[in-house]
Amino acid sequence: MTTHTDRSAQRHRTNALRRRNTALGWSFIAPNFVGFALLTMVPIILLFYMAFTDWNALGTPSWVGIDNFERLARNSDFRAAMAQTFYYAIPHIILTGVLALGLAILLNQKLRGVAFFRAAAFFPYITSIVAIAIVWNLLFSPNYGPINQLLNFFGVADPPGWTTSSDWAMPAVIIVGTWREMGYYMILFLAGLQTIPRELYEAAKVDGASGWQRFLHITWPGLRPTTFFVTVILAIESFKVFDLIQVMTDGGPGTSTYTIAYFIFQKTLGPYSTGEFGYASAASLILFFICLAMTVLQFVVNQQTELASKPKWWPLPLVAGLICFAIAIVAFSTRMSFGLGWFGWTIAFVICFGLMLTMTKMWARRIIK
Amino acid sequence: MSTTINPTASAAQQPIRSIPTTRRHESTPARTVGRIGVYVLLIVFAAFLLVPFFWMISSSLKENLEVFSIPVRWIPQAFHWQNYVDIWTQANMGTWLTNTVILSVVVTFLQVLTGSFAAYGFARVRFPGRDILFLAYVATIAVPWQAYMIPQFILMTKIQLTGKWLWPMVVLQAFGAFGVFLMKQYFETIPEELSESARLDGLSEYGIWWRIMVPLSGPALASLALLTFVRTWNDYMGPLIYLRDQAYYTLQIGLKTFQADPKASSLDALLFTGSVLSVLPVAIIFVLGQRFFIEGIATSGMKG
Repeated sequence: MTTHTDRSAQRHRTNALRRRNTALGWSFIAPNFVGFALLTMVPIILLFYMAFTDWNALGTPSWVGIDNFERLARNSDFRAAMAQTFYYAIPHIILTGVLALGLAILLNQKLRGVAFFRAAAFFPYITSIVAIAIVWNLLFSPNYGPINQLLNFFGVADPPGWTTSSDWAMPAVIIVGTWREMGYYMILFLAGLQTIPRELYEAAKVDGASGWQRFLHITWPGLRPTTFFVTVILAIESFKVFDLIQVMTDGGPGTSTYTIAYFIFQKTLGPYSTGEFGYASAASLILFFICLAMTVLQFVVNQQTELASKPKWWPLPLVAGLICFAIAIVAFSTRMSFGLGWFGWTIAFVICFGLMLTMTKMWARRIIK
Repeated sequence: MSTTINPTASAAQQPIRSIPTTRRHESTPARTVGRIGVYVLLIVFAAFLLVPFFWMISSSLKENLEVFSIPVRWIPQAFHWQNYVDIWTQANMGTWLTNTVILSVVVTFLQVLTGSFAAYGFARVRFPGRDILFLAYVATIAVPWQAYMIPQFILMTKIQLTGKWLWPMVVLQAFGAFGVFLMKQYFETIPEELSESARLDGLSEYGIWWRIMVPLSGPALASLALLTFVRTWNDYMGPLIYLRDQAYYTLQIGLKTFQADPKASSLDALLFTGSVLSVLPVAIIFVLGQRFFIEGIATSGMKG
């Protein structure tokens, strides 16, 4: 009898403790959570609803299904925005990633003035984007700007018009984006390099490994978690590019630097807003899924290499999936529908992506065995 | 999505140190050449990184017509300090600066306070649903702000915060996931025994947070405060969307409108003066607290 009452009393006590802890935990989290839930979580959830409605500045929204997406697929401005987002993101990811890694490796050595160089590399990242745009726009100025004067000096007879020319505006933005952000990723890589035990390098040196071999067999595998993290963040940051473009070129000249985020802004909050919140939300959802796809893709690659532990076995299915993905994007942005239409392409894309995931998984399992 | 937690976080608690990959006593000619090569490379890099700033400062001291001279004049003919006086009358520099300072200070204060408070709940109190809630915090990092700025704008309009003083920007920036994440990482490195013994001595959980955790988290709080301050100072998109009234313009929006103003088109040098003034406070903070910036970023690896 006594044991029974003991146990129920104990249960009572743990329940009371749990209740107390829950109240206590929430009391700590609540002040931050109220703002976070209202302005971040609710908007993200709301986005999924808005994208399927004709929500606008006035009137009550009604459900329109995938109408918004069909309209986007037909809209040549949006297709251009898709193409230009990739045109910015891919060179920017590669350039920034490679330069940041290179800088991190250089600055991870014992050199005189290393602190100065680290600070110099990081400084652009924390300066105002408006000031940066003002300075670079005048540096890039076609007739009197120092950059073109320098190019003239080196014998380039016809230097590019940079932000005033539709061919060169995007490269100019990419240069400034890389200049601004590589210091940030360099810091992340530096932190990753610190986690690699020094003994490994010393052992390799004793065994007579060259610098390149040490990079390939110690640095690169040791950095894998960091590289994964950097590429995820870098990809998200690149695909959502907006403020740099807004301050540097304002989407122009023409639509040459018009990106998805810019499209969203123009349709709703910009000076020429049409107030089509639902329509722009559909574009937002596409942007969201592009970023999500990038994250998932890198997650798969990361797990794959982790499982395989032999980096030379590059998974073929992944490459095939990437090619499908690229074709889909190109087809979508250049109106070559191949008779599939918008809906067909979406289904094809989903199948490709699913296939890619499952095949990569199977491939990984085979390698383990 | 939940995997964007920086893997190097724990290692980054210590300041970044150098790994000596070469030994000092081995100085073969090949090594010396390599060393010189590395320095040349670094100097070229540093030039690429810093020349725009040099040009900004030098142009801010030029006459308007001198900004675009052929050939480029890197050092002004005569130092035109008058620009730094004129900017206050030619543009609303005073208003912009006041707004920016108020906004940055308020946001930093709130972010540090609510962020570290919530972080204690996540790091030290065990209750059902805690981990899922934290996952929700982390997951939002993978969602680009540009994707949900529209629903956010609509909500902000619905709760009637738009157009009221700097409020929309305060609530937008002060409750981010960033502070929670950074502080949780740090709190978890503080030994549990410390708070345990304080608890035995009869200190409440709030007391433990205030008397033990906060005083022990100096570096992390400094990182959070500096990063938040600089991010709010530099923010352009938020004020562009929410602060439409000229009286509430921040420095960044003010500078941008000044640039677009046809009246100012002949005032190229002043534009640079304004840019220098907007970068200067950040530069000073960075020089003073460089360690905290780098540690904060290496720990959390997040952008605002």
